[in-house]
Amino acid sequence: MIRIINFFFTIFILLSAKAYSLIEIDITRGNLDPLPIAVSPLFQDDSSKKNSINELKIENVGSEISLVVENNLKISGLFNPLSKEAFLQKPDIAHLKPRFEDWALIKAQALITGKVSIEDKKLKVEFRLWDILAGREMMALAFTTVPSNWRRVGHIISDKVYERLTGEKGYFDTRIIYVSEEGPKTARVKKLAIMDQDGFNTKYLTLGNELVLTPRFNPTSQMVTYLSYFKNLPRVYLLDIETGTQEVVGDFPGMTFAPRFSPDGKKIIMSFAKDGNSDIYTMDLENRIVERITNHPSIDTSPSYSPDNQFITFNSDRSGYQQIYVMKSDGSNVKRISFGKGLYGTPVWSPRGDLIAFTKLHKGKFYIGVMRTDGSGERLLTENYYQEAPSWSPNGRVLIFYRETKSNDKGEGFSAKLWSIDLTGYNERQVQTETDASDPSWSSLLSN
Amino acid sequence: MNFSKSFRNTFLVILLSLIVSACATKKTVTKVDGQMQGDVYTGTDTVKYLADGVPDRVFFATNESILTTKSRDTLRKQANWLRENSSINVVVEGHADERGTREYNLALGERRANAAKDYLITYGISADRISVISYGKERPVDSGSNPLSWSKNRRSVTVKAN
Repeated sequence: MIRIINFFFTIFILLSAKAYSLIEIDITRGNLDPLPIAVSPLFQDDSSKKNSINELKIENVGSEISLVVENNLKISGLFNPLSKEAFLQKPDIAHLKPRFEDWALIKAQALITGKVSIEDKKLKVEFRLWDILAGREMMALAFTTVPSNWRRVGHIISDKVYERLTGEKGYFDTRIIYVSEEGPKTARVKKLAIMDQDGFNTKYLTLGNELVLTPRFNPTSQMVTYLSYFKNLPRVYLLDIETGTQEVVGDFPGMTFAPRFSPDGKKIIMSFAKDGNSDIYTMDLENRIVERITNHPSIDTSPSYSPDNQFITFNSDRSGYQQIYVMKSDGSNVKRISFGKGLYGTPVWSPRGDLIAFTKLHKGKFYIGVMRTDGSGERLLTENYYQEAPSWSPNGRVLIFYRETKSNDKGEGFSAKLWSIDLTGYNERQVQTETDASDPSWSSLLSN
Repeated sequence: MNFSKSFRNTFLVILLSLIVSACATKKTVTKVDGQMQGDVYTGTDTVKYLADGVPDRVFFATNESILTTKSRDTLRKQANWLRENSSINVVVEGHADERGTREYNLALGERRANAAKDYLITYGISADRISVISYGKERPVDSGSNPLSWSKNRRSVTVKAN
């Protein structure tokens, strides 16, 4: 039984895990009691340690992978990884058959074990998930990949464990593209940057010679669309992050901005500003046909498609102030959906289809919130001095956004950082970045 | 009857004056601290000059692109100067303050730059000589996080292009 995960990964299911399990996690409400889980270091035998050092400059890649898993599970807020110092059983023996009483003693409810080897420039990994209370195996998988992919192995294990215990897809084997920021507020240098979801493997995609803003992933490929002020002409660009090739999107006689891909990845939707008026346009990436979607003397911007490509939510001030609207994807049936107090911006349709996340400005405070697609059930998740631009995790459970701090009269004290929060309103935390950061966009799962 | 009528009139007068004063308070809440009128910047701290007596920028109220009397005066001076210097082309840069979402502010900056451009055209300057660019909230001149700083940043700036 072999499933092709992607070009690099092959997963073999070692044993079927049909057994009914006692542990499961409800992620639909705030989890104040995270599941105690023991992540045993993956066992690496002495013979492959030398290969590990040669290939990766890491002595024990098994321990390192287990740390990746442990950190992912911890930042999800749903798990409480237990201290390895308390573990009684050695990794190799635990992987064969854990002594459940020993793990129960340290209050673990679930256990992850595994082993790794590096031979012939191949990293082989297998892992098992155990239900301690029921005393049985829940899942067992094996992978083969190139050694340099070892962090991704950790992310994939995390996704498999998350999925097995919550019943929903994970979001760990993903990347974040964002704008890296440096320098004083009046002369900020901005670069496109990309990193793994956990903050590792940061790469800078532009040099900072021109202003760049609002990068967004194509949900179906390794393409990115963003706004660049190259040659002082603000235009939407398309960038292939594998090859580094880029091109201007369309041939517009003015500023194009606020780009986003359609969920099928075939179109870019964006605003085009002409003579003081911004309207929404799409460009088909295959036949290059440009279509005008809105035609109104107000500002229409920040468009985002529903996951079925049938509807578009966008930001408009046609009522006098910034509000959120929904229309059919041909531009018909425009309906305002935000009616609460304050201004609303940056609507983004959830990948699950049922919610729209937004930024709200009310009485000098900024909020990240969600509402149903008809505008009902508004829920504000977090309040702050300044924050905006939420982007959904691919499973629709977490939002990432950026937050700025207030500066004093001299401009000191300013910072811009990425933050994430669960849809439940719990588990708000800063996402580590090498520099100041803004405009995050979350990729789809890399392997699936 | 008389009493009740005069009472009613008095009551009406009180009611009216309440309404009037309510309106009045709403309008006079505008802070005039020497550098701002309403929340439009009226100072000269950040202003540069295209030529002697020709300021390069005009300021806007929050979320607005309406030109104030003072802005129109400044733009007329710019138009006069542009008429006298017919070889010079300009770029009008539109800017917003930091208290808005990035994408909306890009559109707002473009709207402000065009408000200034349109006024220059009304005063006889050819549209070919004026291009616009919006920087949204990306290029503040004052890095403070307070109403006065924000008022300096809500602006359109006319810059020589050649």
